This record gives sequence, structure tokens and C-alpha cells, in this order.
Amino acid sequence: MSAVDPVEIFHAEAQELLEQIEQGLLDLSHRPGDKELVAAVFRALHTLKGSGAMFGFDALANFTHHCETAFDRVRKGEVPATPDLVSAVLNAMDHMRALAEQKPCDPAEGEALLAELERVVALASGHAPASATPSSPAAAAPAAVDAGPARKTWQVVFTLAQDVLVNGTRPLPMLDELRELGECEIRALTDAIPPLEALNPAHCHLGWEVTLTTDQGRSAIEDVFIFVMDDMTLDIQEVGGEPPADVLADAPTPTAPAAVELAPATAGAAHPEADVATAAANGDAKSARADASVRVPAQRLDELMDRVGELVIAQSRLKQIAGASQDMNLRSVAEEIEHLASELRDSMMSVRMVPVAQLFGRFRRLIHDLARDTGKDIDLITEGETTELDKTVIERLADPLVHLIRNSADHGLETPAERLAAGKPAKGRIILAARQAGAEVVITVKDDGRGVNRDRVRAKAEENGLLAPGAVISDSDLLQMIFQPGFSTAAKVTNLSGRGVGMDVVKRTIEGLRGALELSSPAGEGSQVALRIPLTLAIIDGLLVRVGTTRYVIPLSAVEECLELTPEQDVRSTGRSVLTIRDQLVPFLRLRSMFNTKAPPDVYQKIVVVSTGGERVGLVVDQILGDHQTVIKPLSAFHAEVGAFSGATILGDGGVALILDVGHLTTEAAQNDPAPLRAAS
Amino acid sequence: MTQTATLFENGAVDVLTFDLDGEVFAIEATLVQEVMDKAPETSVPGAPAFVDAVINFRGRIIPLADLRLAFSLGAHDPSLDSRIIVIAHEMDGETTLIGLRADKVYEVTTLSEAATEAPPRIGLRWRQDFIQCLAKHEDDIIVVPDLGAIFASRGQPKAGASITSLSTH
Repeated sequence: MSAVDPVEIFHAEAQELLEQIEQGLLDLSHRPGDKELVAAVFRALHTLKGSGAMFGFDALANFTHHCETAFDRVRKGEVPATPDLVSAVLNAMDHMRALAEQKPCDPAEGEALLAELERVVALASGHAPASATPSSPAAAAPAAVDAGPARKTWQVVFTLAQDVLVNGTRPLPMLDELRELGECEIRALTDAIPPLEALNPAHCHLGWEVTLTTDQGRSAIEDVFIFVMDDMTLDIQEVGGEPPADVLADAPTPTAPAAVELAPATAGAAHPEADVATAAANGDAKSARADASVRVPAQRLDELMDRVGELVIAQSRLKQIAGASQDMNLRSVAEEIEHLASELRDSMMSVRMVPVAQLFGRFRRLIHDLARDTGKDIDLITEGETTELDKTVIERLADPLVHLIRNSADHGLETPAERLAAGKPAKGRIILAARQAGAEVVITVKDDGRGVNRDRVRAKAEENGLLAPGAVISDSDLLQMIFQPGFSTAAKVTNLSGRGVGMDVVKRTIEGLRGALELSSPAGEGSQVALRIPLTLAIIDGLLVRVGTTRYVIPLSAVEECLELTPEQDVRSTGRSVLTIRDQLVPFLRLRSMFNTKAPPDVYQKIVVVSTGGERVGLVVDQILGDHQTVIKPLSAFHAEVGAFSGATILGDGGVALILDVGHLTTEAAQNDPAPLRAAS
Repeated sequence: MTQTATLFENGAVDVLTFDLDGEVFAIEATLVQEVMDKAPETSVPGAPAFVDAVINFRGRIIPLADLRLAFSLGAHDPSLDSRIIVIAHEMDGETTLIGLRADKVYEVTTLSEAATEAPPRIGLRWRQDFIQCLAKHEDDIIVVPDLGAIFASRGQPKAGASITSLSTH
């Protein structure tokens, strides 16, 4: 169990680093001058290179090394982070990902990417305020802040994190690096060394105080610590300029900020105080994050969830036994265990919850690529990123959302020219929003494009035989056609969408998550797809019912109301199976006949009205037993073909109840006997 | 033949013998997880008759298969002798627990490879591919079923599904 494959660890780490790099780069394309972002990307690249080499991923390490080198020049302010450069690194990153995942890659492709990167860097450095090389005397005015002749004396006090030696950081080379910057006087701070018996030789207890006189700026000193900055305390104080040099060139003097502000785009120059503040804030945020989270393989979480589920089942058996017993001690213990089990279940659920931000983050790259490929200007707006969903659900939502976003970008949004002609801003918007509504999370993908073209949908449906030519059909039914298998309205198959996998796949995936989706599209005002997803897959609230001798669970989220089927209704409805609820026709299904129940029916049958996809259907059962905390267990492969059930659960008495898949039941009923269902819509 | 070879690794194998409508069957003892007395069954409407119910086995919900249907044997009402044999079976690369109905469970015994024969091509009223081998044991003939083939064809006793079973060989 504890023997974890190091390659697996590397995969997980590489995945995280690549995500950091990607997010950093995408942010950078919006804020090209952000020095902190550049540093963050650089650090991630460096770490990726290092761990790649450590785990034997040499191809990755080599490749990353070149990117790192290129990015180092951005970090040093020699090259601005142009959109082209960001794009080139993003493309290179995809190659890194393939290398990290040990997919077969063409080395020539890597070479081509590097060549492109090199070309872009060369081009970008041509646009830089001065010629590229750092040693160039003509480095523009802002560079003078760093490279100017001003020799200053700095007091640098730093202590490293205790476990820094374990991670392979060595303080000596850092001190050497400081020495290289100028005249140096180094004093070790020994006051933190514990008494001998408490001394852990693997820990770093020393701090250092360095008095450094150098002509380099503050950033050069900070660079020495760049890879350990997150976990250390660093204090850099200026103690005085040696020969007070030209005031204008001396950035940190009071007159300087104006001069600095004149050249805001240069990464090399920044206000010293601001610099310290951001570095500190950065460090704080990083260390807070490191403390607050532990990386656990998802599989272990699933195992733990299984155990909790079994505990909940065992607990409900205990409750039943205790309820029948007169023993007060047993009763109180059973009650306490019930309390604990439900708390444990709640915290287990919250452990599995992750914010959708994780999911939404992936789409920024998608939009970036889509905008480039379609030549459209697209803005992705995300809302409600802190909404939380079960981890498994999040993973399974990724593909459907990619499809919906592609659809919006490809079919929904118009080209800038068309948009301007239609009186819309040239830049198209795709809004990705999440919000919690009861036990569901609603995720909407909305665009302000041209909306669904009804004529095209109709033509396509008729062409595929889904609709009789000229048939009268309501607007919402027409829109539903999009979700039919084999339907694609794209007039031509593009690289982006219309590759055969259509909206029916999206619909099936969402229904597989026990969710539902709705499409609305007022003509000309864009379209919106709303996905309604249950919060979790593992445990649901259910309504326990009995049909014949067998018990079934109906997901409570689908239940609208419970009614009694009066004998008159029962007799009258044999022909059409429709009843009237508050002047609305609601078709109903007799579960007894669907399930071939042989036991005699109860005198008073009950109807559970459920709603699926906007349709209401009544399910006739023998008895309603009450609500039940349902731990969902999958059915075996033998019963996967029986679509009527989405799983099974174990009841308090150890028996098994099947969980009804309401959506499936109603569609099946509609196929067998379409007449009563038509009456409802 | 290869299956028989893997069954007898050292020339002999321990099996659990049980009764289905008067016929003696045997399955590898290492597959058996537990022999249960009758458990409350939940029937699954719409499922193939061969696996028409599920049971709760130690907090897991497992399908209950009836080999009698695969061998066209008569079903009996559950008696005091009825048992459920829970086996771990490799299906689609996953280990699945499956309950097998048995009219009676006899014993764990050792079958030697020398006493076994491949199923005869003719004169057998059962699907040949459902049988791994026949073994002579004391005065009886013991049937060692090929569970993989039976589960893959969902216990269809007649041809029709035999096309799929051919392709699995």
C-alpha cells in the first residue's frame, strides 16, 4: 500500500506543474508585464526540469531546459512576453505533457517547437527597448536602475526552512553566489541552534547575515534565493550607497519612482518596496497553500468512501436492533454511533468535494486555442467558481463541457464582422457559470452568439428521418432534436466540432451522472445549455417504496409529490393511464406491470409523481415506506444492461433495494406506449 | 485443452463439489469465497433469468446466477439443503463476486488430472463449450463447468449464443 511507484509520483507532480505553467502563461497573455507571473512560470519550468531529470525523464528534462532558458530571458527583462511567445511556450508545453506521460512523441516535432520558440524569442527581443544582450552598454534607461554604476551596501539576513537540506538545497552555493555579486562579509547566526540532545543533524538551524557591497540591484540578490523563496525568511535592507552616484540613475531614492513609472513595461525595474511586498505576499500565499493541503490518491478516497458507506449501512442495522430492544445502554450507544456516522459521512463528503474552479481553469486554454483556430475574438467569463462538486462528477463533466464550449465557439458565436453587422460588440462572450440549487449544482454554458438555427435543425432532422417532412412540432421539441444520436447541424465538418460525437453523447454522460440538461435559445440572442448535476454520486436521499414484495428507492430529488390512486381512478384509468393533477394531465406508469409483480396488489395504491427533464410522470406503487439515506452501490455487469435501475442499496435489515433510474423508466415507457406520454407534453 | 491444463497445475486440483438437480458439479476451491445459507434475495425485473436476482454479501451487492438454467436442469424450490456459493470470478479484467445457487453442497475434494476427460463431442445434452472437463470420482461423474463461457453467454443453454462462444476460443 505504501510502496508508491515513484514514476506515479512524478506524473502527479508533473501534471500539477504543467497546470501551473499553463495558468501562468494564460494569465501572462492578459498581463504581459507581470513580473511575478513570469517568475512563477520560470520556477515551475525549472522544477519540472529538475524532477524530470531526477526520475529519468531525460527527454523531458532536455526539452524543458530549452524552454526554461528562453523564459529566463523573459524573467531577466531582456525579452518581453509577447502573445506569440506565450503561444509558442504553450505549444511547447503540450509536447512536455506528452513527454511526461510517456506518450510516443516525434523528436522532430520537439525540435520544430523549439525552433519556433527560438524564432519568436529572437523576434521579441528585437522589439525589446534595447538590443538583446544584457551586457550591452546601450541597455535602455530603466536598465540603468540595475546596471548603473551605483554601488550600494546591503544587509541581507536570511534563514532557510528547517527541512531545506532534506529537499536537496545547499546553503553554501547560495553564499558563493552572493560572494560573486560583490564584496561580502558573511556571519552565521547561531542563536537558533538547539541544545545538543535536541539537535537534529538533518535540519538546518543556521541563519546568515551578509553585508554585501555590490553594484547589482536588489533583484540580483533576490535571484540567489529564487528557488527557496517560498519557505524562507529573507530580509534585504539597504544600509547606504558607497559613492553616492548619479541621483537619476539611482532608483531607490525618493525622486526615482517617477522615472520607474515611465517605463512600466520593463520587467527588470520595479519599485523596491512594492517588490518586497509582493515577494512576501507571494511567499505567504504559497506556504499557506502548502500547509493546507495534502495530496492523496483519489483511489484511497474512494476506498474510504466505501468504508463509510458500509458503516452507514451497519449503523442503520444497529439502529433497528436497538429500537427493538429495552436496553437503555444499547439505545444510547446506538444513538451516539448514529450521530458519529452521520458526521463522518458529512465530512467524508466534503473531502470529496472540489471547487469547480479546477474544472473551469482547463477551459481557459481551450478558449485560447479556439479563438486562434476560428479567428474569432472570444471572452470566457466564469462565475461561481467556488461552487463545489464531487470529485468524480467533476472529472466526468470535463468532456461534455468541452463539447458544449466548442459548440458555442464554433456554431454559436459569429465572426467579428458578422457581430458588428448585427450590432453586437466584436468580441464574443461565453459565460461558464456554476451555482448550487438545493441538492443540485447547475452549470450553464451561455454564449451571446446567433442562437440555434431552427431551420437548419428542422432540415437536418428531416434529412435524418428523425422528423416527418412538414410535421408540426413545438419549438422546444424541435430544440430537443439536437440531442438525438447522429445529429450535427454544422454545415461543414470543422476541426472543432461536428466530428460525429454530438450532443447525444453530452446528454448521455449527464444522464449517467443522474443529471439533466436543458437547452434554451431565444433566436438571435445566443444559446444556453444548463446542466443540472446532483452534488454527489455516492450517497443520495431516496424515497423507499414497495412494489409487490420488493422494495425500491426513488431518488428524492426527482420526487415532486405523493398521491393516493383512488379505486375510481384506478378503474377509469386502465384504458389511458393518465390522471389529472390540478388541471394538468400527468401520465402514470404501473410499476407492478412493468416489473411483472405477481404478489396481490394493495387495496390503496399510491402514486409517486416524479419529474424528469421537465416532464412529470406518476409511478404507481403499493406502499410508500419513507425516506432513506441511500448509499449507492453499482450493479454488476450482468445487470448493467437492465437500464431501469441506476444501482442498488442495502437497507437497514440487510436486504437489498434497487434504485430506480427515473429518466430511463419514463423514456422506456414512452417508447412502448407513446400515446399517454404525448398527452403530457 | 489449455483451460484443462491451467486447471491442473500439479496434476491435481482441489474442488468444491455441489449438486444441481441430481448432477454433481465442481468448481475450483480457490475461487470460492464463502458458502452461504439462503440469503434474502432481491429480484431484478428485466434481467436475464440466468441472473435474475441480487443478494447482499457482506455489504456488497452481488448477482445471483443459476447454473441450472445454463444446463437446462430443473429448478427446485429452495430446501434446507440449498446454499449459495460465492465465487470470485474474473470478468472483463475485473474480479467480480458472483453467487451461484446450489441444491446441495457436498465437500472439498481433490480431482486428479488422470481421471478427467474432455467433454465428448456427441452424446452430450449440454453445450460443449460450457464444460471444462468431466471427472470420474468414486462412482460418479463430476462436471467441471467453464464459468467464463457460461457467464459470457449469460447462461444461454441453446445455440445462437454459441457464435460468441466460438469466437472466445
